[in-house]
Amino acid sequence: MKDFEPNIIGFLCNWCSYAGADLAGTSRMKYPPNIKSIRVMCSGRVDPIFILEALKKGADGVLVAGCHPGDCHYQSGNYKTNRRIKLLKKFLEEMAVNPNRVRFEYVSASEGAKFATIVTEFVDELKKMGPNPLKDVKV
Amino acid sequence: MSKKKKENKKDAGKKKKLQLAFYWAASCGGCEIAVLDIDEKILDVVAVADILFWPVALDFKYKDVEAMKDNTIDVCFFNGGIRNSEQEQIAKLLRKKSKVMVAFGACAVLGGIPGLANVTNKKEIFDVVYKDNPSLDNPKKIVPKTSVKVKEGTLTLPEFYDSVSRLDHVIDVDYYLPGCPPVPDLIMTAVGAIVEGKLPPKGSVIGPLKSVCDECRFEKSEKKIKEIKRIYELDKFEEKCLLEQGVICMGPATRGSCEARCLDANMPCTGCGGPTPNALDQGAKMISALASILGIEGEENMSDEEVEKLIEQVVDPVGTFYKYGLPSALINRRVDK
Repeated sequence: MKDFEPNIIGFLCNWCSYAGADLAGTSRMKYPPNIKSIRVMCSGRVDPIFILEALKKGADGVLVAGCHPGDCHYQSGNYKTNRRIKLLKKFLEEMAVNPNRVRFEYVSASEGAKFATIVTEFVDELKKMGPNPLKDVKV
Repeated sequence: MSKKKKENKKDAGKKKKLQLAFYWAASCGGCEIAVLDIDEKILDVVAVADILFWPVALDFKYKDVEAMKDNTIDVCFFNGGIRNSEQEQIAKLLRKKSKVMVAFGACAVLGGIPGLANVTNKKEIFDVVYKDNPSLDNPKKIVPKTSVKVKEGTLTLPEFYDSVSRLDHVIDVDYYLPGCPPVPDLIMTAVGAIVEGKLPPKGSVIGPLKSVCDECRFEKSEKKIKEIKRIYELDKFEEKCLLEQGVICMGPATRGSCEARCLDANMPCTGCGGPTPNALDQGAKMISALASILGIEGEENMSDEEVEKLIEQVVDPVGTFYKYGLPSALINRRVDK
């Protein structure tokens, strides 16, 4: 378990969070390399199916990051994603999957440091949770 | 093929009848009734078909099926999910003996309502059914075993599985007929296609490509709801989309073919038609759809606690969004440690 390195899929919105992650990089901030970032046009584009599929295929955690409330490039995508993820977490809880494996955060284009902190925190948290048990679940 | 011709010589002059079989596994029996619901048309079916195996209606033994040559059955209609080893064994046997295997009804296609048991496991089910139930009289705590030795010999029972799976988890399925149960028109479409030999490509779901909403009689407009209600909680029933009235209706995420019968009776769709074409996960689609319209008004001024409260109104996500399809979901059983 000591050597467990969580595998995180990050869905980052093009207008804020991806730019925020980019800023963390260009500012040479350090954060763990466990996250695989996928750029989406809006956090509202993230279908709950994407999250379930990532978990099903073995991701230990899924991070969805979007613009702060009021900042969405498409006006309201981030509000919808916030609600969708909250509802999805309720489902995950019922299936005995730790809902904290899915995380929704607001990261603006200027918050490189926040992005780095979130990823660092998330990796620590997932290390405590251990590997995603769904990998071994068979019907 | 030549062998078959020889066999047919006996019935020379007569057109060979279609050889059918029906079987039920983990299901309620409603699908069997649905076959009879085609009413007098059943006579048309009997005119063109022989029934080789139908445990619910006619007395056949498994050994009769075992004695058949492979591919003797032209079409096998299989309803019910796979819950125990007997069902799996018979599914495999019928697959061997049948040219075409049709998953009939929501349980065979998706896992069905018995599939909701995937939120628990064999031990927990046995504990409730045989041990911890207050109305039980089982002081010795006897639970079914796969084999028991008695004076007269060994008695055996099928093995009860931890999870329910759908039919195509254990065998190759040619066609899918969704619905709980499939509506008579759909059954007739399928039987007609089989009789005429006009079958769609293998793996097709027999049913339209559109959602239940497309067949629903209610008028639909922009959807925004604040509160989730059950039908009896509505102050006044309006002739408009149930989702707009705050009732969770699975219509948008469910494949049509039922002519929206539940909606005709003023009840919401619960999703027996399964996911719409190309949707990987019916429940997740509905989670997405519902969360998008719930609390959409004034969403920009809503605090996180208020959002939390909105979402709390959905009391049972699995039972609501995966009523018929938990074994088909991306996450199809509870994680047991």
